[in-house]
Amino acid sequence: MRRLLLACGLSLFALAAHADTAAPVAADPVLEARVMALSHKLRCLVCQNQSIAESDADLAQDLRAQVREQMTAGKNEDEIADYMVARYGDFVLYEPPMRGSTLLLWLGPMVLAVVGIGVLMVRLARRNKESAPVLDDAQRAKARALLEKDDKNGTQA
Amino acid sequence: MKAKFLVPLFLFLLLVGFLGFGLSLNPREVPSPLIDKPAPDFTLTRLDKPEQTLGLADMKGQVWLLNVWASWCVACRQEHPVLVALSKRKEVPLVGLNYKEVRGDGTIDMRKVAAENELPMAIERASDWLKSHGDPYDVSILDINGRVGIDFGVYGVPETFLIDKQGVIRYKHIGPITPDALRDTILPKVAALKAES
Repeated sequence: MRRLLLACGLSLFALAAHADTAAPVAADPVLEARVMALSHKLRCLVCQNQSIAESDADLAQDLRAQVREQMTAGKNEDEIADYMVARYGDFVLYEPPMRGSTLLLWLGPMVLAVVGIGVLMVRLARRNKESAPVLDDAQRAKARALLEKDDKNGTQA
Repeated sequence: MKAKFLVPLFLFLLLVGFLGFGLSLNPREVPSPLIDKPAPDFTLTRLDKPEQTLGLADMKGQVWLLNVWASWCVACRQEHPVLVALSKRKEVPLVGLNYKEVRGDGTIDMRKVAAENELPMAIERASDWLKSHGDPYDVSILDINGRVGIDFGVYGVPETFLIDKQGVIRYKHIGPITPDALRDTILPKVAALKAES
């Protein structure tokens, strides 16, 4: 299984690398790997469901070149991400930063899960209580009488 | 609670409301973080006088529009008559940012274009296009490699920026300017900015 996953991952990488052949690729493979890693985290604004690593749009190629150029100049991942955000907004980040406007996005699923589990637990507890009614002696005797009467009716019929 | 059976219906309507609202949004229009920020600085070759440049500082003290265009841009043809009509009114200076005139054209194989030929080619193509479609720009400048475009957060041509007297971007219009957008949004904003000191 692990091998299969690795093969799939490698073939995807090969596709990405192939798409990149037209652009000037940094000679250093370590640097190029960093460029592609960061590019996968940045959204292409032209084809919005692709990262700039996957997209072959003109702008994606330009932005990849920017990433490459700035990394070559010694900037780190965060600095380059900030550069992109300053121009295109948080939208370029596939992983949005945690702040007031994105709190719902980050915490919403957790809140929903907690509320859902809570409701489920309360309902299950209530149902358990209902399924085992506590009878006093008088009720028990009445129930027995009813059942016996029912049995008699059954034999008569 | 008697109306309990209405809860799913209520949730369904809420969901429909959200989805309906989602349909009314345009995912292509990404809000620019540059609104109310100083415009990025640039110095670019003028199309009409290639030996001269135009910079951000040259426009200080004026309310002006920066329109991103290219001869290969199809949507630009749609908005062009609106820009030509606007330029006749002489209400606001219009600067054209010609974006990647040569290398942005998907039909050109850049491997066959020598680096030193790109600028002359761009000047020729852009000038020809303005000659045949009309030139609404007070001045056009050439962003050959698209770097100034990136600084302005351009991701689709045409785009138009409204810049105030202090050089701050106050509004961005994404896509072709329609006569309605010009009349109802852009020109009122221009008038309001001109009234500012």
